[in-house]
Amino acid sequence: MTDFVHPGLLFILGALPIPFLKGSVRKAYVLLIPTLAILAVLTMHPGSYGAARFIGQEILIAKVDKLSVLFATVFSIMALIGTVYALHLTRAGQHVAAFVYVGGALGVVFAGDYLTLFLFWEGMTFASAYLVFAQRSEQALRAGFRYLMVHITGSVALLGGIILHGFATGSLLFGPIEGGLGFATCLILAGFLLNAAVPPLNAWLTDAYPEATVTGAVFMSALTTKTAVYVLARAFPGTDLLVWLGTVMALYGVIYAVLENDCRRLLAYHIVSQVGYMVAGIGIGTEMAVNGAVSHAFAHILYKALLFMGAGAVIHVTGRRKLTELGGLYKTMPVTLALYMVGAFAISAFPFFSGFVTKSMVVAAAGQDHRALVVLALTMASSGTFLHTGLKLPYYMFFGTDQGLEAREPPRNMLVAMGMAAVLCIAIGVFPQTLYALLPHPVDFEPYTGVHVTESLGVLMFTALGFVIFLRALDPENTISIDTDWLYRMGARRFMWLAEKPLARYEKAVSDVSETAALPFLHGTARAGLRIDLHGVDAFVNAVARTILAGGGALRRLQSGVVTHYALAMIAGVIAAIAVFAVAWQ
Amino acid sequence: MIKHVVDFFGDERHAKVRRRLFYLVLGLIVIADFLVFREHAEYLWERLPGWSALYGFGSCVLLIFVSKFLGHQCGLMRREDYYD
Repeated sequence: MTDFVHPGLLFILGALPIPFLKGSVRKAYVLLIPTLAILAVLTMHPGSYGAARFIGQEILIAKVDKLSVLFATVFSIMALIGTVYALHLTRAGQHVAAFVYVGGALGVVFAGDYLTLFLFWEGMTFASAYLVFAQRSEQALRAGFRYLMVHITGSVALLGGIILHGFATGSLLFGPIEGGLGFATCLILAGFLLNAAVPPLNAWLTDAYPEATVTGAVFMSALTTKTAVYVLARAFPGTDLLVWLGTVMALYGVIYAVLENDCRRLLAYHIVSQVGYMVAGIGIGTEMAVNGAVSHAFAHILYKALLFMGAGAVIHVTGRRKLTELGGLYKTMPVTLALYMVGAFAISAFPFFSGFVTKSMVVAAAGQDHRALVVLALTMASSGTFLHTGLKLPYYMFFGTDQGLEAREPPRNMLVAMGMAAVLCIAIGVFPQTLYALLPHPVDFEPYTGVHVTESLGVLMFTALGFVIFLRALDPENTISIDTDWLYRMGARRFMWLAEKPLARYEKAVSDVSETAALPFLHGTARAGLRIDLHGVDAFVNAVARTILAGGGALRRLQSGVVTHYALAMIAGVIAAIAVFAVAWQ
Repeated sequence: MIKHVVDFFGDERHAKVRRRLFYLVLGLIVIADFLVFREHAEYLWERLPGWSALYGFGSCVLLIFVSKFLGHQCGLMRREDYYD
């Protein structure tokens, strides 16, 4: 047997038969593929697979090392959980798109060269856009279109960077980029940062994710930003710029989350915030920081999927998504609430939950690297994380004012999927060594020290105190928030206005002038020309012709053919010549 | 079991017990923070027991009011039909 089965191809090729299967056969099949992928990831050995040459370049389909295996493990586990969550779907489309999407993410994670990476990167973009379009509402179609446009722009930058980088270095193999930030490197970095949703390139995420289908958003929350974290960890560890971008990002997401009314958009802003920790960790670049960043990505995928599943379950059952319209669901959806809270404790980094053992590694690494400001900013962001995902969202969704909504627990498969994620969130928190063993660098970090536990609890519980005291200030409001998508949403509108109003008016004015003034003038000139031609030029030519004709006729009369006439003329000529000669001689 | 726990947090009947329990937990955390062993403190605040509680509370208040200020006064929050 071969040593290596590409789990990405397993998903992509495995997606093809789904539309032809029905009922329980399809259910069994869609569960089988992620299970096989998990087995494939667990049994693979480090090494390079699928080396080839293409257009004179070295291609490496799969490069397996600890970093890629770590991400592949969590992607395939998440794919299984997401598929269980989506098992009740009757249409095949979303399963197919989700599989291609996961396959693309796995393809990127194993890609040993830029061309392979780019190919799978694009596959992810299109497959994930389908998960937005599949929601079918007008709003979702628009958001999906914007999502696609933004990502295609990012991909063009990435491709440009890859080509320039390839020309400069002579190799397209994917690895740490050395030699500072040149133009090519900046383009590649911009492409990566866009997918990591680093402000100001973040708005596509918070615009599109809440519009996706309930089941699709679970996959989206896990894959796109985390593949971007992976490529950043691979290519740009230790880039100082990323520390600051990541720190700003962590606070940016939290600040916007205060303003948000849409439950899944609030969670989406927390993706931005959490990915900030990862980006900052990669920027710090020490072994501990990179370990922290990638382990946080691992934990984040699971708890974020759990949170999106919880919010999705509420939307699935009630059909409502705004916090102002929700409330009082704790009586009818206690299990959903409990499972959601596991995710909320995990993202907030409570002891014995996954975030505690991963997020703290990034913060501790920043401390060791003598970055006090980063430590303080990231700690503040984790206070904000608990404030929103752990307090505000559950309070207004499940407690708060009872809106008298008719609700029940979601379908069993949804609860099972949430349960799977919840178990993993707790398992990682309780047995961190299992996750630490998977990390790319050796781990020298003990999360469960007395001071760390009391400090974390202090920050979190006193955040809760602030929440209790200022609860009214946090009441959700029926508004939307302006983010950087304003630039292209309003920009596009301004452009259309420019095209429809001033430009169209100018075009009309020009054509009016040509119709009312220029055209009649041209017609008049043409008619005058014709007249001059007919009456002037032609008449003159005709007159000349007639004169010549008449002269010719007169001359012809002289040629009488009678010899005596000619002789007479000659004599007259001679006499005239003599006369002239005689006169002239005098 | 889950239903009982959830009801404890939701039901108005338990509000008093809930509040007392909450303040008790807050007190215990601050006390514990004074008692734990600090072997290595790199920054000034790490040597300060109770700092994390203060910082957590301060962060929470700061985030709420700075965000709301940005939302209301700087025009980040708009009517829902803003883009329509």
